[in-house]
Amino acid sequence: MDGLKGDSIASALHAQGIKTLTKSLRYDLPRGFFCGIGKCSSCLMRVNGIPNIRTCIAPLLEGVKVEIQDKLPDIPDAKFQSKPKKIVSVDILVVGAGPAGLSAAIEAAKQGTKVLIADENLQIGGQLIKQTHKFFGSKYEKAGTRGIQIAVDLEKELKELEKSGNIDLMLNSTVIGCYEGKKGKHKFAIIKRKNYDSILYEVESRTVVIATGAMENMLLFTGNDLPGVYGAGAVQTLMNVFGVKPGNKVIMVGAGNVGLIVSYQLLQAGIIVDRVVEAAPIIGGYHVHAAKLRRYGVPILTSHSIIEAYGKDKVEGVVIVKLDKNWQPIKGSKEKVACDTVCLAVGLTPSTRLLYQFGVNMEFVPEAGGFVALHDDSMQTTVKGVFVAGDSSGIEEASTAMVEGKIAGVSASLLLGFNKNAKDLKKQYKKELDRLRAGPFGEKPRIAKRKIDKLLEKKNA
Amino acid sequence: MHSYEKDGILTLEDLVIPTKKQLEKGVAFIECIQEIPCNPCVDSCPVGAISMKNINAPPIVDYDKCIACGQCIGICPGLAIFLIKTKGDKVFITLQYEFLPIPIVGNKVKALNRKGEVVDTAIVKRIAKKDKTFIITIEANKDFAMEIRNIRV
Ligand SMILES: Cc1cc2nc3c(=O)[nH]c(=O)nc-3n(C[C@H](O)[C@H](O)[C@@H](O)COP(=O)(O)OP(=O)(O)OC[C@H]3O[C@@H](n4cnc5c(N)ncnc54)[C@H](O)[C@@H]3O)c2cc1C
Ligand code: SF4
Ligand code: SF4
Ligand code: FES
Repeated sequence: MDGLKGDSIASALHAQGIKTLTKSLRYDLPRGFFCGIGKCSSCLMRVNGIPNIRTCIAPLLEGVKVEIQDKLPDIPDAKFQSKPKKIVSVDILVVGAGPAGLSAAIEAAKQGTKVLIADENLQIGGQLIKQTHKFFGSKYEKAGTRGIQIAVDLEKELKELEKSGNIDLMLNSTVIGCYEGKKGKHKFAIIKRKNYDSILYEVESRTVVIATGAMENMLLFTGNDLPGVYGAGAVQTLMNVFGVKPGNKVIMVGAGNVGLIVSYQLLQAGIIVDRVVEAAPIIGGYHVHAAKLRRYGVPILTSHSIIEAYGKDKVEGVVIVKLDKNWQPIKGSKEKVACDTVCLAVGLTPSTRLLYQFGVNMEFVPEAGGFVALHDDSMQTTVKGVFVAGDSSGIEEASTAMVEGKIAGVSASLLLGFNKNAKDLKKQYKKELDRLRAGPFGEKPRIAKRKIDKLLEKKNA
Repeated sequence: MHSYEKDGILTLEDLVIPTKKQLEKGVAFIECIQEIPCNPCVDSCPVGAISMKNINAPPIVDYDKCIACGQCIGICPGLAIFLIKTKGDKVFITLQYEFLPIPIVGNKVKALNRKGEVVDTAIVKRIAKKDKTFIITIEANKDFAMEIRNIRV
C-alpha cells in the first residue's frame, strides 16, 4: 500500500480511492469512515493481524498489512497482559490535548504542578490542527490567527514547559479507564500504541482534567451508512491534515459555523460544494461565514433537509426535500442531486465516557449538546479532583475551550496547594469567559451553563 | 427576520454607505453587522477609526477618520472588510483572497457580486501578503463599487 509520511492508514486508502473499510455486522453493507478522529469505530480493520484497529488514527508504517476483518473477529490475547505495565505518578492528568486540555496543562505546569497530558491522536492540537481559517474573538484568544497556528503556538509553550520537567506528553495514547486509587487519588489505565502494539500504563494522579472534546452527530436518513457520508470534521481532517480530497462534489448538511467553514475549505481545496442545506428557517452560523460561500456562488438553502443518500457501495447522489414551518417535508418538493460525498455538520455531542466511570453527576442539557457533567465555576465536577473543560463540558468554541482549560488548570493546582497568584488569574479568566459569551451567539452556552448551575444547586441543597 | 439570515446576502439597506466624498478619499467598508464575539479589526486600526461598544457589538467605521491604510483588511477572520476608493469612473477595491491560483499584477479577473455572479472584468493592481493571506487590489468600473466583493482568476 502506498502513502505519504504522516498518513493514517485510512487517509492513505482514501487517497487511492478505497472508501470501504469494513462491512456492517448483519447485512454485510459496505462502511466507510465517519469521524476521522478515533471516536466512532466505523473504520475498524485488521492491521498486521491485530483486529479492531481504528485506521483513521493509526499511522501508516512501512510494510504494514491491512485487511478488511471478519465481522466479529476473534480477539487474540491482549499482548500487553503478559508485558509489565508501567507505573507513573503525577499531580494532574489531563485527558485530551486539544485547545482545552493544552491550556489546562500549560496553566497547571506554570503553577508548578507535575502534569501528564495524554491524547489518542497522532498529533497535538485536537480539532485545531485542521482549522485553517482565522479565529474570531479578541487578542486574548489569538483572534485573527488561524486555528492551526494556535495549535503550533500552544505546542511551543508546552515543549518549553516539557524541558523544565513539569509536563509530560503522551501521544497515540488512549485513557481507557479510571479507578479508585489510594488515599483519595485517582488511578487510570492508559494504552500507548507503538507500531500497532500497545503498552499499558497505570497512572496515579491527585486531580484530573477531562478535556475529551466532542463527537459529531449522525443524522437519520436512508443510506446514511454508505461510504461517502462523512462528518464535517472528518472531511476537514482528510483535507487539511492529510491533504486528501474527500471527493469531487459535496452536499453539505447544516449551516452552523462548522458546516459553513468546512464548505469554504472544500472550495479552497478545489472541490465543488453543490449546496448547503439547513433544516432550520435561518442560517445558524455567522453571517460573515455564509457571505464567503455566497460570494463563490454556493447556494444555502434554509428549511431544506436530506432524506436519502443513494448509490451502489458508495454515495452517488442524494434526495433533498423542502420543509414547511413545522419542519415537515413538503409534498412534491423532492429533488435528486448527484454527488459523491455528503458532509454532515449537524452538531456535536460531548464525549463523556470517562466522566461516567467516575460516577460524577451527569445531566441532559440540550443546549450543551447532550449529557454533561455538572460542574461549578472552577470547572470541578461533583467528584473532588475531577475537572472538565472545553466541548466535553458542553459544546462551544475553541476560544471558550481555551479559557475553560485555563480555569480548570489553575483550579486543579489550587486544590493541590499550588498558588502563584492563582486566585487572581481565575478571576481574570472568568471575566474573559463572560465577555466571550455575552452576545446573541453566546446565548446557547449561557443557557447551558445557567442550567448546569441550577442543577448543581438543586443537587447540593 | 432579515433576508440575509435566510440567504446569506446583505442588501445595501443593511449597511452604512459612505458619501461620494468619503469614497473618493478611500474608506474601509465593513460588511459585518451581526453581534459576534470578535474585535481584531478595532485593535488593528492605527488611527482608531473602528469602534465597538463591546466585543459583541458590530464594528462601526468613522469614514472621516479612516486613512484608508488597509491594516484592518488582512486581520479580519470573516473576510468582511473591503477597502474602497473611487477615482473618476474607476473604483479600486481591496479584498482578502484565499484561493489558488494567485493572480499577478496586470491580470484580468472576473469581478463577482455578493451572490457570486460575474458583474464586471477587473484588473489586478496590487498584491500584498500578510501571514498566509493574499490581499489583492483590483480596478473596476465605479458603478459596481457597492457590488463587487470577490474575484475569480
Ligand atoms: C469536528 C469539529 C470541528 C470544529 N470546528 C471548529 C471551528 O472551526 N472553530 C471553532 O471555534 N470551534 C470548532 N469546533 C468546536 C465547536 O464544537 C463548534 O464550534 C460548535 O459550536 C458547533 O457549532 P456548529 O454551529 O457547527 O453546529 P450546530 O450549531 O450544531 O449546527 C448544526 C446545524 O445543523 C442543522 N441541522 C440539524 N438537523 C438537520 C437536518 N435534518 N437537515 C439540515 N440541517 C440540520 C441544525 O439546525 C444546526 O443549525 C469544532 C469541533 C469539532 C468536533
Ligand atoms: S483602513 Fe486603516 S484607517 Fe481605515 S479603518 Fe482600516 S485600519 Fe483604520
Ligand atoms: S475583525 Fe472582521 S469579523 Fe471580526 S468584528 Fe471586525 S469586521 Fe467583524
Ligand atoms: S473512529 Fe475512525 S472514522 Fe471514526
